[in-house]
Amino acid sequence: MRKVAIVGVGMSKFGEEWTRGFRDMMIEAGSRAIADCNLHGEEIDGIYVGTMAPGSLVGQEHIGALVADSMGLTPVPATRVEAACASGGVALRSGYMAIASGMHDCVVVGGVEKMTDTPGNEVASALGGAGDQEWELFMGATFPAIYALMARRHMLEYGTTEEQMAAVAVKNHANSAKNKYAHFQNEITLDTVMKSKYVASPLKLFDCAPITDGAAVAVLMPLEKAKKYCEQPIEIVASAQASDALALHSRTSMTSLRATQVAAKKAYELAGITPKDVDIVEVHDCFTIAEIMAIEDLGFFKKGEGGKASAEGKTALNSEISVNTSGGLKGCGHPVGATGVKQAVEVVWQLRGKAEGRQVKDCDVGMTHNVGGSGATSVIHVMKRA
Amino acid sequence: MPSENLAITWRRLPERYRLAGSCCENCRTNYFPTRKLCPKCRRKGKIAPKQFSGRGKVYSFTEVSSGPVGFELEAPYVLAIVELEEGPRLTAQVVGISEKDVKIGDSVEMVFRKIMEDSPEGLIHYGYKFRITKK
Repeated sequence: MRKVAIVGVGMSKFGEEWTRGFRDMMIEAGSRAIADCNLHGEEIDGIYVGTMAPGSLVGQEHIGALVADSMGLTPVPATRVEAACASGGVALRSGYMAIASGMHDCVVVGGVEKMTDTPGNEVASALGGAGDQEWELFMGATFPAIYALMARRHMLEYGTTEEQMAAVAVKNHANSAKNKYAHFQNEITLDTVMKSKYVASPLKLFDCAPITDGAAVAVLMPLEKAKKYCEQPIEIVASAQASDALALHSRTSMTSLRATQVAAKKAYELAGITPKDVDIVEVHDCFTIAEIMAIEDLGFFKKGEGGKASAEGKTALNSEISVNTSGGLKGCGHPVGATGVKQAVEVVWQLRGKAEGRQVKDCDVGMTHNVGGSGATSVIHVMKRA
Repeated sequence: MPSENLAITWRRLPERYRLAGSCCENCRTNYFPTRKLCPKCRRKGKIAPKQFSGRGKVYSFTEVSSGPVGFELEAPYVLAIVELEEGPRLTAQVVGISEKDVKIGDSVEMVFRKIMEDSPEGLIHYGYKFRITKK
C-alpha cells in the first residue's frame, strides 16, 4: 500500500444558499480545492462524490458523471458513494483506497448536498431513509426522535442532563462564529438552547443540526508526489470504517455506537497512536447527544462522562481536546453528503496552521469521525503533517 | 415517508398485524421483525416462525412534536422502543397517554391501530402500537 496525502482542499459557503444549485456549489468547492494545489486538471484520474439523497432532494441521480461533466473533467472515471450522512467520509475512504492501492494517482473527493430546494417535511422524510424505513420510519420515527431515544437512555444510564447537551450547541456556535464558511455566524447562550421548543423530547430545536446546502472537496495523491503540488501535504495515516444494524432498536447498546468504537480501535492501531495524541477532532454532532456519545466512544472521555466534560469546557477550542473547531454539524451546518469531506477540510486547515481565528495551538494530529444514520455506518480518518 | 405500495404492505401484514416473528432453533435467539438468516449462526442457523405475545416494557421513549410526511396530523405522539418479553426490541407508538405519564420500565401490551394514510384516496396502513398496562 502506498502512503496517501491530501494536497488541496476547498469548500463552498455553507448555509441556505437560495441563489446556488447542486452543480454551482460543487464547482465552487472543487475549483478552490484544485487551485489550492495548483493542478491544471490533466493530472486528475479519478473522482469520488459522496451525496446521500439527490434523487429525493433535487430529482437527480447519476451524480458521479454529473460532477465530472460540470467540472469539465470528462472522461475521468467518476463514482458516487452513498452511506447516508457518512457519504462524504466513505467517499474520502474510497479515494484513499484508490490511491493507496496504486489504481489512481490523483483523485478528487467531493461531498455535496442541496437541501433547501425541498420543503422541510420532505427533507425529513428523505433523511429518514438513513434509518430503517419499514420498521422505524413507518411507525412515525423521525431522525430527531431516534437520537432522542438514545439521549433518554444516556440520561437514565449516566445522569446526562439537558443542560450538558445544550453546552455542546453553545460551544459549536462559538466555533462556527469564527468560521467564515459556516452556516451560523453567531454565538448563542445556554438560555437560547434551553428555551427552544422540543422537537423530540429531550431534544430541542437548538440540539439539532440545521438543514444546509453546501459542498466540500479534497484532492488526494500518493505522498511521494505530494510535495510537488503543495508546500504542506497532510498525510492520511489511518482510514477505518465499520457497520452496524440499520435500526436503533436492533442494537445491544443505545448509549454508544459500536460502529464508532470498532472503527476507532482500528484507526488508533493503524495510526499507532492513542486518544491522548489527538489534538483536534471533527465529530459527527447531528444532535448534541451524538457529540457526547462520540467523544466517549472515541476514547477521549470515559463512558458516561461526555456530558460533564462538555459542560466543563473540556472540548472547547484549545482546551483538553478541541472538538468541532469548524462549528461541527450544529454550527457549520450539515449538508449531509458534504459533511464528511468538510471535516477533512477543517482538519487540513488546522494542521497547516491556516484556521484563522479558530486555530488550535500545537496542532499535530487531527481526526475526523463521520456517522451514517443513527450509527449504522461510522468512518474515521487520522491525519498528520507529512 | 414515501407512500408504500400494496405489495410492500401485504408482505409485512403478519408482522405488523400480529407480531409474527422468527426464532433461530440453533442459538435460541428470537427475532422481530422476522429474519431469514440468523446473524449469529449464519450457515448453521435454523430459522423457524415465532409468535410474540405482545407484552413488553418501555426501554426508551420520546414525544415527536412535528411529524414526518403522513404523520403531520398525528403529532404530538409518544414514540418508544419496546423490549418484548421474548427479548427483541422494536420501535412503536404508545397510545392513550401523554409523555409526562410514561416511564422507562413501564409494562405495555400491543394494540392494533391505524398507523397512517398514504393520501385521502390511498392505502390506510394498520399495525402495532402499544398501551401502558402497569406503572
